[in-house]
Amino acid sequence: MSGGVDSSVAAALLAQQGHDVIGLSMQLYDQRGAETFGTCCTLDDLSDARRVAEVIGIPHYIVNFERQFQDTVIANFVREYAAGRTPLPCAHCNSDLKFAALLDRARGLGAEQVATGHYARVEQARGGRWLLRRSADQDKDQSYFLFSLTQEQLAGAAFPVGTLTKTEVRAQARQLGLKVADKPDSQEICFVADGNYAAFVARKEPSVARAGSIVDTHGQVLATHQGVHRFTVGQRKGLGVSGPAPLYVLKIEAESGQITVGPRTALDRTTLTASGVNWVSLDAPSGWTAASAQIRHRHRAAMGRVRALDAARAEFMFDAPQPAITPGQAVVFYQGDDVVGGGWID
Amino acid sequence: MQRIYLDHNATTPVLPAVADATAAALREEFGNPSSVHHFGQRAKAVIDQARTAVAALIGADPSEVVFTSGGTESDNFAIRGAAEALEPTRRRHLIGTTIEHEAVLNTLKALGKRGWDVTLLPVGETGVVAVEALRDALRDDTALVSVMHANNEIGTIQPIAELARLARERGAYFHTDAVQSAGKIPIDVKALGVDLLSISAHKFYGPKGVGAVWIRRGLRLLPIMTGGKHERNRRAGTENVAGIVGMGVAAEAARAKMQDEAARVAPLRDRLEGGILKGVPGTAVNGGLSPRVPNTSNISFDRIEAESLLIALDLEGIAVSTGSACSSGTLEPSHVLKAMGFPPHRTQNSIRFSLGGSTTAADVDRVLAVLPGIVDKLRNLTRTPIRA
Repeated sequence: MSGGVDSSVAAALLAQQGHDVIGLSMQLYDQRGAETFGTCCTLDDLSDARRVAEVIGIPHYIVNFERQFQDTVIANFVREYAAGRTPLPCAHCNSDLKFAALLDRARGLGAEQVATGHYARVEQARGGRWLLRRSADQDKDQSYFLFSLTQEQLAGAAFPVGTLTKTEVRAQARQLGLKVADKPDSQEICFVADGNYAAFVARKEPSVARAGSIVDTHGQVLATHQGVHRFTVGQRKGLGVSGPAPLYVLKIEAESGQITVGPRTALDRTTLTASGVNWVSLDAPSGWTAASAQIRHRHRAAMGRVRALDAARAEFMFDAPQPAITPGQAVVFYQGDDVVGGGWID
Repeated sequence: MQRIYLDHNATTPVLPAVADATAAALREEFGNPSSVHHFGQRAKAVIDQARTAVAALIGADPSEVVFTSGGTESDNFAIRGAAEALEPTRRRHLIGTTIEHEAVLNTLKALGKRGWDVTLLPVGETGVVAVEALRDALRDDTALVSVMHANNEIGTIQPIAELARLARERGAYFHTDAVQSAGKIPIDVKALGVDLLSISAHKFYGPKGVGAVWIRRGLRLLPIMTGGKHERNRRAGTENVAGIVGMGVAAEAARAKMQDEAARVAPLRDRLEGGILKGVPGTAVNGGLSPRVPNTSNISFDRIEAESLLIALDLEGIAVSTGSACSSGTLEPSHVLKAMGFPPHRTQNSIRFSLGGSTTAADVDRVLAVLPGIVDKLRNLTRTPIRA
């Protein structure tokens, strides 16, 4: 329970359905230090969660996962930026913390499943395989952030608001008299309050602030920069260079510190490969299989075909070129609403 | 669900007689004790009665007892009041211990930031301060020594009389935070030989928000709450009449029952402790070899996160705590167990059981019946190894 409307309603729905519900809120970073950060799970949010639990009549506890959050989510976030990639911490938080350490903790308390306020659906197919599906609210769908849940993790997951729209969730909250009914959605990455990722990464790993050059596609140096962690493939703003046509980041080479920029058309790609692949609705398909692929949170999945390269890698071929395929982000393969699988873009 | 409360060091349930007296005072004694008229005089009279009862609990003269808002204010008053009173004498050195309650520890630290020299005496694995450590730490400019009477987390009793004698020989004030000993073991301020002593009502079945500090007659101390001339000019602010009345009734009850209660609770504590050590592998008692207050047991559980065990026990209807109630919700290891020299894993896996007036043998047996299973389950389900 983050103190937001989605997890509050998720808990309330389960309690209403007669489940034996324990409310847990994760404390993920020190709330008292000088370096107070975070837009989610602040002390105010934790007290909102506590009040919701009171209203729906379930026990509520704050569990401390500062160390695990640091070791998994934040460490990965910093490492990825330092490697010139653009991380997706929410997905890591789901598979490496919420449905890992938190699920273990919950099972230790006698719980069978961990429910969250995610907009996604988890269903068991005939034959026993667990399916992850897009939520009823296509606009709020968060299955993209959940692709890395294994079968075992999906078996331990419940998404009670996945069958509702956000509007319905807010209406439910109002009906239940929850104070959080009109609380704004959380934005951005929860542990970087000001949205300045580069400054956050540099604070955690000062060695990333290493100067390098910005070059054009012919290798001509256009400018210098203060560290690869400040760039994302597809980025246009803040390059400090100008050309006759707008320039975009095409490639980030962490080792040499070189950033290659070029025109928008040079961002287009029709294939990608991914690592750390998790297959959900299918076993790893050795041959080309029709699917769509979503390459970032707000991306509309594009048609193409997918195949497994080896146990942990996959390749996707789009029917039409896609701009700004960003290393470090997730690619999630779908067939209709079903998540086929997904991985981390190379 | 039948709930078992084993967190009496955090707070105690108010005695019915205390609740009655407090409610009656709220209803009937609304006068301002500073007022000259009849209503004021009545309020003043009930405060004086309470003062006498509280003084009797600690072997003091009533005129030396000042009511406060609780243990934290009492500690702040004693330490800040002494430090500031002695500032002109150039005594700018303060001594505490590493196992003090946060109310003392953070007050000393705050003064440390403002120019006072602060020394914290170490404790060994016994959880007891060595008298020699104080002898070595005392200086000509030591203003105050503050050592708790009984530790809130592990219950160990400190050798206050010897420590106080040493401090006063060197001309320093001696304060003891007796919040966790008052009502549990006999206290005689004269026998202890201290200058200042803090207590809190809600730790001995009184209401929250009221406490007292005993100040040896004639001791120079600057008030930290300034304003009107309440409490003989020592603590400004209209008195919490009903709370003080409740504290008086609680003090009287505690004094009357203390000996019998200690004799009743100590065997229950020992039975709980012995049962856990025998029934749950990988457990150890912290501070168990030292003299302790009769109700407290602090136990480390190998390969367990205390937070999980606390929640699991609560879901079974058993209320305990990890260390001090004030630091729950943080991952900070117990500063007390850390000070005792335990490795990090042992400072984050301890549970405090603190028994009290309502505790029965059946409660203890129920804990002993469910605990092994809970611990087993937590140990087996934790796939993420707990790192040292």
